[in-house]
Amino acid sequence: MAKKAIGPVRRSFAPWEDPSAVPFIEFRNVTKRFGDFTAVNNLSLKIFEREFFALLGGSGCGKTTMMRMLAGFETPTQGQVLLAGQDLSGVPPYRRPVNMMFQSYALFPHMSVEANIAFGLKQDKMGKADIEARVAEMLRLTKLEPFAKRKPHQLSGGQRQRVALARSLAKRPKVLLLDEPLGALDRKLREETQFELMDLQEELKMTFLVVTHDQEEAMTMADRIAVMDAGEIVQVATPPEIYEAPNSRFVADFIGDVNMIEAKVIETSEDGTRLQAASADFVIQTTSETTARPGDTVWYAIRPEKVRLVAGDTSPSNINAAAAVVWDIAYLGDVSIFNARINETDVLRSTVTNATRLVERPITWDDRVILSWDQDAGVILTK
Amino acid sequence: MRNGPTWFNVTSLVLGFAFLYLPIVLLVIFSFNESRLVTVWGGFSTKWYVEMLRNDQLIDAFWVTIKVAFLSASVATVLGTMAALVLVRSGRFAGRSLFSGMIFAPLVMPEVILGLSLLLLFVSMDQARGFWTVMLAHTTFAMCYVAVVVQSRLVGFDKSIEEAAEDLGCPPVRTFFLVTLPIILPGVIAGWMLAFTLSLDDLVIASFTTGPGATTLPMKIYSQVRLGVTPEINAVCTVLVGFVTIGVIAASLATKRQHLQRERDERAAIANAD
Repeated sequence: MAKKAIGPVRRSFAPWEDPSAVPFIEFRNVTKRFGDFTAVNNLSLKIFEREFFALLGGSGCGKTTMMRMLAGFETPTQGQVLLAGQDLSGVPPYRRPVNMMFQSYALFPHMSVEANIAFGLKQDKMGKADIEARVAEMLRLTKLEPFAKRKPHQLSGGQRQRVALARSLAKRPKVLLLDEPLGALDRKLREETQFELMDLQEELKMTFLVVTHDQEEAMTMADRIAVMDAGEIVQVATPPEIYEAPNSRFVADFIGDVNMIEAKVIETSEDGTRLQAASADFVIQTTSETTARPGDTVWYAIRPEKVRLVAGDTSPSNINAAAAVVWDIAYLGDVSIFNARINETDVLRSTVTNATRLVERPITWDDRVILSWDQDAGVILTK
Repeated sequence: MRNGPTWFNVTSLVLGFAFLYLPIVLLVIFSFNESRLVTVWGGFSTKWYVEMLRNDQLIDAFWVTIKVAFLSASVATVLGTMAALVLVRSGRFAGRSLFSGMIFAPLVMPEVILGLSLLLLFVSMDQARGFWTVMLAHTTFAMCYVAVVVQSRLVGFDKSIEEAAEDLGCPPVRTFFLVTLPIILPGVIAGWMLAFTLSLDDLVIASFTTGPGATTLPMKIYSQVRLGVTPEINAVCTVLVGFVTIGVIAASLATKRQHLQRERDERAAIANAD
């Protein structure tokens, strides 16, 4: 994989690259079956201390089951879940040093905001003065001071979300589990809250495990993402790696927008690999590493923003360039998306930044265009 | 379409309500009758109320009834709530639908059969019949009503609220008392009140299962009426009707106000959202 070009965003923090690092949370060959349905299938995963880790996948992929096994609400059918080296099997939820923020928030409707936050602290038999101090701190941290005496039904959705967060943070758990934490918020509030969560995680130095189906959410917040499908982990990597070097068609397709070109390997050499597109007359020359041998059918995945689009009839070469006809244009303000047909049925997508305020489009429907890309723009996928 | 009242609507309304309330209104009016004859109006008087208070047998029966109703409603609430929890919560177990069907059965079972079977049970157990057997019998059938009422409250219950409590370090039993019970409390109270009223006005089952020294008010009224209706009985019934009416009005006012307050709060929360 083209790893040299991309590294973690925060270079200083990458314990997963250190082979001697001890994982904080570990799933060891965990399987969970509900009757005939296998929710999680023989899955192993290591999460490190102070990491912001995201489990990403569609509904029914097993991500919530993973989180519930860590919280203690589900018992693995096989395998072990370890926290700080200790096997958690047999430990009930109320004795685990993890706290969870529920998707529905699950606030206690008969208690005030204060009482909700203090609930967990009271279970620990903490002193009254200490509880008050901690509650005040949590209210300040989540900017809920004016609402301390209110009941949950007197709060807006965003405020409820913050109460749920404050309540799960109040006990200073070693691990905070967040189940679709921003799912119920509107877009603007969601973006603000994403950054608030990241700041909180750095400030409190906790391990965060977030479960989400929203790839943008995972990309923004997480140090590493595990993409899950049908009870299995497809890829675990940092957001840039996931985006730029997906290991399968599933991941490439799930994260962001992608052009998937079916092609046949012509030759492999020191300089890279040469592919012949299956449905159109162009050749792909790429530095992407692959185990495929000449004659194999592979997929070349390239992101739309890496596809250049210029007006023109013919290209000087057919290497990394394809002639096409503009079929659809979507103007999104910051960018425009062009769908261009390379033959009767197949479309390649190109995203063009609208760098000028030009309203008249220089390229419009049915124009003949040349699509081109660099040698390192895409990746070869075999599965 | 006309929205105003038509003669048909007005007639059916008047007829319907007359059908429902005429007997009760007559009963109340004749409780203030001067005359000893129930059907002949002899002028206004409250003497039958004074008479009623002097009647020790009636007062005794009243207290027996209240005690039976209070105890059986309380026991039935505990048992019924437990049954509802098991039926809603414990997921699928063998015979679950059989059990949930069986909890409804006593609701439609003829009271005579229920009373008779309980009597036979007490006899075969060689149990002396009296206050406690009536109390147990009332608990038995009131429990089903409580279970049904509480069940309906539990069905809409977000189970993750309980999980949140456990997640925050609260063991299951404490979670029930700190979180679950306060949330389902309106249903539990409604169940208790239903059980209380059912026990208050039950005649058939009480007659089957009672013994010497434990005569409930409905039994007393019934036995007196067989000797001839006196305005005194009318007075007792009027007092009972008064109690029930006040109770029902108070309960509905309380829930209505609570509901309105909640709606206002929610609107305010949305308006103040930052």
